Amino acid sequence: MMRLNPRYVQRGAVFVLGGATVLTLLILIFIIFFILEKGLPVLTLNFLTGNPEDLGRKGGIFPAIIGSIILPLLAILIATPLGIFTSVYLSEYTRESKLTRLIRFGTDCLAGIPSIIFGLFGYIFFVITLEMGWSILSGALTLAVMILPTIIRTSEEAIRAVPKTYREVSFSLGATGWQTVKKVILPNALPGIVTGIMLSIGRSIGETAAVIFTAGSSLRLPTSIFDSTRTMAVHFYILAREGISQENAYGTAATLIIAVLLVNLTAYWLMNRFIAKRRS
Amino acid sequence: MTTEKNKIEISGLDLYYGKFHALQSVSMPVQKNLITALIGPSGCGKSTLLRCLNRMNDLISGVKVTGKVLLDQSDIYSPTFEVTELRKRVGMVFQRPNPFPLSIYDNVVYGLKVAGMNNRKKMEEIAEKSLMGAWLWDNVKDKLHHSALELPLDQQQRLCVARLLAIEPEVILMDEPCSALDPIATMKIEELMLELKKNYTIVIVTHNMQQAARVSDFTGYMLLGKMIEFNVTKDIFTRPKEKLTEEYISGKYG
Repeated sequence: MMRLNPRYVQRGAVFVLGGATVLTLLILIFIIFFILEKGLPVLTLNFLTGNPEDLGRKGGIFPAIIGSIILPLLAILIATPLGIFTSVYLSEYTRESKLTRLIRFGTDCLAGIPSIIFGLFGYIFFVITLEMGWSILSGALTLAVMILPTIIRTSEEAIRAVPKTYREVSFSLGATGWQTVKKVILPNALPGIVTGIMLSIGRSIGETAAVIFTAGSSLRLPTSIFDSTRTMAVHFYILAREGISQENAYGTAATLIIAVLLVNLTAYWLMNRFIAKRRS
Repeated sequence: MTTEKNKIEISGLDLYYGKFHALQSVSMPVQKNLITALIGPSGCGKSTLLRCLNRMNDLISGVKVTGKVLLDQSDIYSPTFEVTELRKRVGMVFQRPNPFPLSIYDNVVYGLKVAGMNNRKKMEEIAEKSLMGAWLWDNVKDKLHHSALELPLDQQQRLCVARLLAIEPEVILMDEPCSALDPIATMKIEELMLELKKNYTIVIVTHNMQQAARVSDFTGYMLLGKMIEFNVTKDIFTRPKEKLTEEYISGKYG
């Protein structure tokens, strides 16, 4: 076979790699632009703060915004400590064995299960069996179960990436395992852990299937965690699916995208501040 | 060689990494306020032996230790010996400078904090004393709250010594503490060791035979997990009893 000139291969590689990057960015920008172009005209203060009227044909999306804040927030509050504790236990307190490999394989499988399966599970377990009904609590618990594997795996990777010497030094200075985890491992793994949490926030804000079966789709403003609610994603789905209002569907989608951007920016800002504070 | 002066007494120590017999019936005394050096080619078990003295090998899975290591006559491998307590008494300086990614001050007081101290004034005093003890105070006194990672390597290593001095250990283990440093920085650490031995008992592992000859009082020569010869440093380097030792120090292998 003819041997290709390495210089041309190099040029080709740069072209392919760069092309893939540019294409990815273009698609992303196109989606955001498309949604914002259709949605921004609808976005007014009344749309954001008003109650929906006539099933969402008119009025605003305020209850759905509240639903989209409270559900992921509650889910993160439940899943984050559980996930971090589990990953610390797996990486620091157990030795590599068949059992830990099995647990890791299990969490990987769980992370790949379609969210509608979690929705059905949440419906059968939380809504029916535990008699929580269609409620914020059922929805948040279902979301928590859904994002738990992601938080466990990303936290575990972040913890494993903390240099082994930090652990050695800490132990050699008379620290216990827990002191080492608290003072050395978690602070150094934090950026990775936060990344996992951010991925999870994004996933739960955008989640529809797992939520519609468990938190329901009530348009009223919830007054407690036992009330049903509707998230922006569900609202968008119902508006579009049932042909209620295309304009308001895109308005909701635009709000959702802006919200996700804001969440990510805030998280990055907080994390950078934490790192700067620790280093100084 | 069992005398009152022995700070540490190792006898019949065997260590297995899984099936690999890494230390084979090693015995050695460590005398108080002296420097004991361990030399030998790579893989001879000198670092493993050093890490038995503060039970750092416990962190590796599949390690089994039998035999005795007595610290002031009590067995550090007995189930009643608290391992965190042991590590406060027997501290370690590692091969590569390894400050935490924290400020210089926070590095020095780490051991105090995990020991439960929270008196800020007292910690500042100890930090100053420890940094002075490691000959670092003049270099860092104006930037205690800067990141430790900004320091040059040799100052980082002396910071690691200061971090150790802060918890007032009785024994300092040094695992090739100069292997990442240039000759001038190495000389400084060696001078520091000679100063430290007034108050501390030191065990050093080194690749560098001249270093052992320069700083140590006793030297143990190890090969393939066995202690081949242990004697006064001068004798090891001028009239070794074992042929293997002689061949090693004259550079025939290793």
